[in-house]
Amino acid sequence: MKKCLRCLCQAPLSAKIGILLIISYSFVAIFAPWLAPYGETEVVGDGYAAWSPEFWLGTDNLGRDVLSRLIYGARNTISIAFVTTILAFVVGGLAGLMAAIKGGWIDQGLSRVVDILMAIPQLIFALLILSVVGTNAVSLILVIALLDATRVFRLSRAVAMNVVVQDFVEAARLRGEGLVWLIWREVLPNTLPPLVAEFGLRFCFVFLFISALSFLGLGIQPPTADWGSMVRENAVMISFGDFTPLLPAMAVALLTIGVNFVVDWVLHKTSGLKG
Amino acid sequence: MSTEQEKHTDVLLEIRNLHLEGFSDEKWKPIVRGIDLTLHRGEVLGLIGESGAGKSTLGLAAMGYTKDGCRITQGSICFDGIDLINCSADELRQLHGLRIAYVAQSAAASFNPAHRLIDQHIETAIRNGGIKRQQAKAEAVELYRILGLPDPENIGQRYPHQLSGGQLQRAMTAMALACHPDLIIFDEPTTALDVTTQIDVLAAIRNAVSRFHTAAIYITHDLAVVAQMADRIMVLRYGQLAEEAPTRKMLKAPENPYTLSLWAVRCFKSEAKPRPTAEAPLLAIENISASYGKNPVLSDVSMQLFKGQTLAVIGESGSGKSTTARVITGLLQPDQGQVLFAGEVLPKDFRQRSKTQLQQIQMIYQHPDTALNPRQRINEIIGRPLEFYLGLKGAAKEQRIRELLSMIELDPEEFMYRRPSELSGGQKQRVCIARALAAEPELIICDEVTSALDQLVAEGILKLLKQVQEQLGVSYLFITHDVATVRAISDEVVIMQQGKVVDYGAREAIFKPPFKPYTDLLFSSEPQMDPDWLDTHLARQQAN
Repeated sequence: MKKCLRCLCQAPLSAKIGILLIISYSFVAIFAPWLAPYGETEVVGDGYAAWSPEFWLGTDNLGRDVLSRLIYGARNTISIAFVTTILAFVVGGLAGLMAAIKGGWIDQGLSRVVDILMAIPQLIFALLILSVVGTNAVSLILVIALLDATRVFRLSRAVAMNVVVQDFVEAARLRGEGLVWLIWREVLPNTLPPLVAEFGLRFCFVFLFISALSFLGLGIQPPTADWGSMVRENAVMISFGDFTPLLPAMAVALLTIGVNFVVDWVLHKTSGLKG
Repeated sequence: MSTEQEKHTDVLLEIRNLHLEGFSDEKWKPIVRGIDLTLHRGEVLGLIGESGAGKSTLGLAAMGYTKDGCRITQGSICFDGIDLINCSADELRQLHGLRIAYVAQSAAASFNPAHRLIDQHIETAIRNGGIKRQQAKAEAVELYRILGLPDPENIGQRYPHQLSGGQLQRAMTAMALACHPDLIIFDEPTTALDVTTQIDVLAAIRNAVSRFHTAAIYITHDLAVVAQMADRIMVLRYGQLAEEAPTRKMLKAPENPYTLSLWAVRCFKSEAKPRPTAEAPLLAIENISASYGKNPVLSDVSMQLFKGQTLAVIGESGSGKSTTARVITGLLQPDQGQVLFAGEVLPKDFRQRSKTQLQQIQMIYQHPDTALNPRQRINEIIGRPLEFYLGLKGAAKEQRIRELLSMIELDPEEFMYRRPSELSGGQKQRVCIARALAAEPELIICDEVTSALDQLVAEGILKLLKQVQEQLGVSYLFITHDVATVRAISDEVVIMQQGKVVDYGAREAIFKPPFKPYTDLLFSSEPQMDPDWLDTHLARQQAN
């Protein structure tokens, strides 16, 4: 614990900023109902009201408070992105490790399926599936997780390939260890650093992808607040010289930058790059 | 003028009070601490010492070069009147290749695989020496001939992957000689080669160096090799000079205790035990043939190993000795033949073997670095087989781990919770032994267990293995390419060549003349601690 704190203190400024950003975003997401001045879907005033002491960031097209929706949007977008990323890592990561350890036709089969999935453009694939199964939070999470799992599979398989040829894995195999032990105790701990770094990046991509889908109207459905759909709903205000609709976009950008700062630092520390 | 005086005026390289530091674990640590070195024209200086003694760093420093993460903190390096430390990068480039050349341990990794040998060979000569391409090529062919490469006219047209390891090493030496440099640094040029190949390379290097009257620094950890090559030997330890003397004098009467201990290493020997007559063999391999894909690697291999005995399998790389181990452990399924353990036939695939069958055969690997999971602590590594095979848990497991650590001569208190990265190579190999012993096996397969270790450390490991055998009565299948190791610990010996058993018998019988032809070649190729050995050997070869 002490070691962790010392490590944090020695982190470069960019990483500290990143950590601070992530913590404040998480704080906002968790305590949204207490922080937001109004309800998520509550119509509290006229449409397109200007910034005022009553509505700090004005109101949107239907007269809902923009600040409140921004705060609730953090909660919805981040939590869905987080769950999706974890799911993508569990599925893709485990499949990748298994393919590397088992080899043979299991590896071939999984790799070819992933090749096929990766050959289809991600956005088009998502649009297709979502328009067939309908858009709700669960199908959104499942579709994006499946798509991102293919990338995670590629990475974890490649990293694990370098580990499974080492003698200690052979020793464990010859001992008669099962697949669970091999994955969990022998291979996974040695593939963790690149996977952790990838987790941060993947989270950003998922997050951007959800926002993009919402912008197109296939992501998180109204009236639920979400940064991507907020941009779309109020885009018309930009033509009147009001930059309020850009605020959710900036919220997305800021979190992405923050996560990247932290990932850079983690990569730097674990890969042993100096200088 | 006496020869002594002549030498004084003829100093080529002079290093005074050199200090070098390397950056590791966020700190600058000393690698070389105050070395003085003088090299005369045409003289060959041998640098020996164990890994980490600073010999390679010193060798590179003699070229005015330091690796990334190293720096020279003090001292002077003077090459033929030029101060190498204060040279600019351009001036150094002028010297390198032209007046100072370097031959690396792995020629295969040092040649550019995308260019023909001769193009790489003549590059420096043309760039710096201002000679014509045709002339440079003619000189290259001449050098190939001097170094005894086959088909010297055309071999330069080949790519590096089309040559064998020994040929590449000679081609690299030829390249170093291309501009007739005053000084060549040889950094372990034959360490990665088989003994029979090593001889040719050694003879070629020595011949070429004396012919061009080139000075050389020959870095190696093998005493017998340095005895053949060097006029004078410097023994390094912890970055400092342990002893320096002319070769013959040092071989005859080393003075420093560390040097003495290095010399004594080769004297370790155990008594060979006779084969028990009444017993059935513990392990019997019967007429095994195996292949990788379509390439046959083993043909009709048979051997037997009895309880409490050591069977040494010796051969050069590619002779199939490690493949034999893979067949026994079930990692490779043989095309023909069977493996019997304690009278019962083992399933060919290790996945079909029972837990008990797996438990009875354990492995120790060549590279302890990759044989231990870097993310597990020592108690987890040794504890796992205890838990897995014997069902030990909690205090009983911990107690047994302590016993095992004591058995391999590591202090349990100190080492129990360390990670492999906090151990030296020898300590790691000991942990590997403990892990194998934890399973309480009948047979341990030792695959080149000492070849990645320094001689002193390797001797410690051999003694430990022998001691364990006496205590527990385990059998060893000992795979090695080193004749001295076989002579030290085996009870019976199998000699393999190109996937076949060419000689097989008790240790005394194998090491007693008359030898079979290949056995003779293998044994006689092993360098001896006699400075005249190479000459004698070459003369004998010629007579044959």
